[in-house]
This record gives sequence, C-alpha cells and structure tokens, in this order.
Amino acid sequence: MKNRIFGLETEYGLIFTPHGKVYLPMEKILGYVFEGLIPNSWPSNAFLSNGARFYQDTGCHPEYATPECDQVFDAVVHDKAGERLLERCLPVAQKRLQEEGLSGDIYIYKNNTDSMGNTYGCHENYLMRRDVDFWKVTEQLIPFFVTRQIYAGAGKILKVAGRSHYFISQRAQHIHEKTSSSTTSSRSIINTRDEPHADAEKYRRLHIIVGDSNMSEYATYLKVGTTAIILAMIEDKFYVDGVELDDPVKAMREISRDTTLKKRVRLEKGKEMSAIDIQRLYLEKAKEYLSLVEEDPISRDILERWEFVLDELSEDPNRLDREIDWIAKRGLIQSYMNKKGCGLDDARVAMLDLQYHDINQDRGLYYLLDRGGMIERIAAEEDIQRAIDSPPQTTRAKTRGDFIRFAKAKNRSYTVDWTYLKLNGYWEETILCMDPFSSENVRVNELIAAAEAQK
Amino acid sequence: MKKQDKKRDEKQVAEKEAAEVEANPEVVEKGKKIKEDLDKVMDEIDDVLEENAEEFVKNYVQKGGE
Repeated sequence: MKNRIFGLETEYGLIFTPHGKVYLPMEKILGYVFEGLIPNSWPSNAFLSNGARFYQDTGCHPEYATPECDQVFDAVVHDKAGERLLERCLPVAQKRLQEEGLSGDIYIYKNNTDSMGNTYGCHENYLMRRDVDFWKVTEQLIPFFVTRQIYAGAGKILKVAGRSHYFISQRAQHIHEKTSSSTTSSRSIINTRDEPHADAEKYRRLHIIVGDSNMSEYATYLKVGTTAIILAMIEDKFYVDGVELDDPVKAMREISRDTTLKKRVRLEKGKEMSAIDIQRLYLEKAKEYLSLVEEDPISRDILERWEFVLDELSEDPNRLDREIDWIAKRGLIQSYMNKKGCGLDDARVAMLDLQYHDINQDRGLYYLLDRGGMIERIAAEEDIQRAIDSPPQTTRAKTRGDFIRFAKAKNRSYTVDWTYLKLNGYWEETILCMDPFSSENVRVNELIAAAEAQK
Repeated sequence: MKKQDKKRDEKQVAEKEAAEVEANPEVVEKGKKIKEDLDKVMDEIDDVLEENAEEFVKNYVQKGGE
C-alpha cells in the first residue's frame, strides 16, 4: 500500500444524569473527565505520550485525535485506544463528583446524534499528494462516500412523519452540500479544510466529515482501508467512470433510509444504480488497479473483506451482524423487540439505540455483544492497551511521544503541536517536525541523550 | 389462501428448514450457541438499561459539534 498518513478524530457525546435535582454545566463535567487524564490541571488541549491529542471541541464534546498512523490497522487500534482512555477517566470523574457531594452518572457515547437532532462527527484525515487535481478528487470520491455507508454506517432510529424508522447512517441526514469548507453549518460530503501539518507544497490533507463513528473495528478498518485504496487510484489517475450522481446529497439520504439496500439512486446520465452496484464498480476498478501495482498483503486483505462484505450485503445484510455496526445494532434491537413484544417507537428501544455506543464496557451494548463472542474483532486487546501509552513507531508521533515522555520525566513544562515541540523556559528553542513520515528527530535524540549523560 | 393452508405451508417450510439444518450438526451447534448467547445478552440488557429510558433519552441533548 502507498505510503500515507491516516488519522481519525472522534467527537464523543457526554451527559451527566443526576440522582435528584442537580444542575451542573457540561464544562464542569468535561473538566472532571479531563482530570482523569492529566491530574491537577485543566487543560482543554493536551497531547499525550502516545502522540495523540485530547481536547474540548466545539459544543463541549471531548474529542480524541489519533496520532499520525501509516498503517490502516494502527488507525483502528489508536481509535479504540482513545475510547479506552476516556473510559479510564470515568471513575476518576465520578469520584470527583462524589467529593463535591453530587450524585449521578456520567455517560460517554461514541455516536453522532443526540435526541434533538444535533450532530457531532468522526473525521477522517488522509494525507494526499498536492499535485492531484482537487476537482478530480471530488468527482471520484463523492459517489464512493455516498454509498460507503452500507458498510460504514452505525444505524439510527429516526422519526419520519411521526413513525419510527431505522436508518443506515447517523450522519447522512446532516449532510447538506457536495463540497464546503465549513464543518459546523453546511456540512458536506467533501470538506475542503486543508491543513496538512506537513510540507504544504507537497501535500494536502483530505478532511472527511461525512462518516459515522464506528464501534466495530471491522467497519473502521474497512472504511479507512477502502478509502486509502481509492485515493491511491486517484493519485495514479486510475478513475472510475460513469458514476456521477444526479443529486449526491439526496442519494445519500435515500440510501440511508432503505435497509433492504435495493434503492436505486439516480445518476447524472439518467441511469439508476443501487449503492451495492456503485461500490462494486469501485471494487472492480480497485482490483484492476492493484493487479498492476506491486502486490502487498494489506491491500489484498482490504480488498478481500470489501468483496466479502458486498457479497453478503447482496445476499442478506443480516449475515453481517458480527461485522457491521448498523446490522449488529439492528439485530440486537430486533431480538429485544421480539422478546418484549414492543415496537421500534418504544422508549427502551431508543435507549438501546443509544446504549450500543456507550464506551463504558460494563454498560455498552456493543461490548455486551463482544463479551458474548458475537462481534468480529480486528485488533487484539493487548494492542489497544499498548496504544494507550505507545505511539506508532514509524511516524512523527514517535518523536512527539518520546519528547513528551522525556519532558514529563524531567518535570518540565512543554508546548507541543502537530508540527513542533518546545520545552518551556529551560531550553527555549522550538523543534520543528514538518515530516509526518519521519519517526526520528536528531534534536530530540540529542536532548534525550544529553539528559541521559548527566545522570 | 385459507388459514389452514397457510399454516400447513408454514409447517412444511419449518420442517424443510429443520431438515436442512439437521444435515449439518456443526450448524445446529452454532445456531444453538448464537441463540443462547443472544438470550443471555437480552437478559443482561435490562440490567444495564436505565430504568427511566424515556426520560433519559429525552434528556440526551448535546450542543452541535463539527
């Protein structure tokens, strides 16, 4: 697979349910959650020793940005590590609440919508070559992203004309434009925000805000993996022709609404195709492309799973209740409704729709399924636990992690961002790290070596 | 279709399916296991679901994010 940097940013939903009548501003709750991560301070923006960034985002959401990953698998593992980190903060925050005489529970959800129709996102970032025509990128990617939800969607019950209906995607109803630079007002299929955190003459950053947050590692792996393959194809001018959609925003909603996956959406040239058919065109082109470039096991693995998923979706989507979030959750909801004899509009079912995304492994229903051996995992729990403290070893995140660990061990205050590192006061020079592919930095190594020598 | 006919058809389908499943003990085992696991999960769900689901869901309001 082509050399590329990946990163996922996940905004989490946060709620405090008091026992009794207490009001607490969300800022305060979020402050307690952060304390669990970095004691005795109130940082609203912190880089961690695994190279990731943890901060308070627009709308008072905790947000976790994975470190720079150069493997799809690492992006999956580090995304999960973010969940575990937040989960670890929960008992600390609960304890702080108790100390203040407040009783209640904090819930953190990895989903994309609340009960009022507000949304928060999971953003994917891909480093791309700058010299590729961005218009072509947009043209090639829009039909892909519109249809990708059939395996990357996280499912959601919404009311349509007063009746509850199960949708494939959480995010689809909140996308209003084909392309836009905004991430909060007119959310778009292709976001044009372009901060490469690298040499901007060589690279641009593709910032994708259209996807759902996934509980399923399999879904995360597939959504990042397939996108990476399509990007490589675009960079090599290997295009999929004839899939431009007549109205992509509308098509996205139509696809999300039809869980039978039979809905055919209108193409520009008047033809109609289903989401599965459109994904198959991309898959076939990807196979052709990968047969021409140097063979690698990761691309092959992604391709095989992609084909498997499309085949199963064509036969019977229910077969993917171990792999795909919207299907796993729907299976759970269906079993629950059968058992209780209730309908999709029952409050307990709405609760279930939410609780699937609870990151607390004792409460979250995704984790309940996982404990029952009913979820197909990609990462081993040891890998996820390691990623909580350890950055990917082959990208700039390693340098950042080394630096932060060093500064902490020396009890130095420091300022860090994606592209620079600085020890405050003592050694004031700023170390620039503009190359995200470089895992070693001479000056960071010197700094650490000098400190070692003094011992 | 008369009600009885429908019933008979359903029964035939059920028998046919049962016969197919019986052909492969592994599938039977797997199906049984999944059923048991799912039953267990269903029993556990009520333990983790909030007692007052309606109130909880209604109160789940976030400020819009990105």
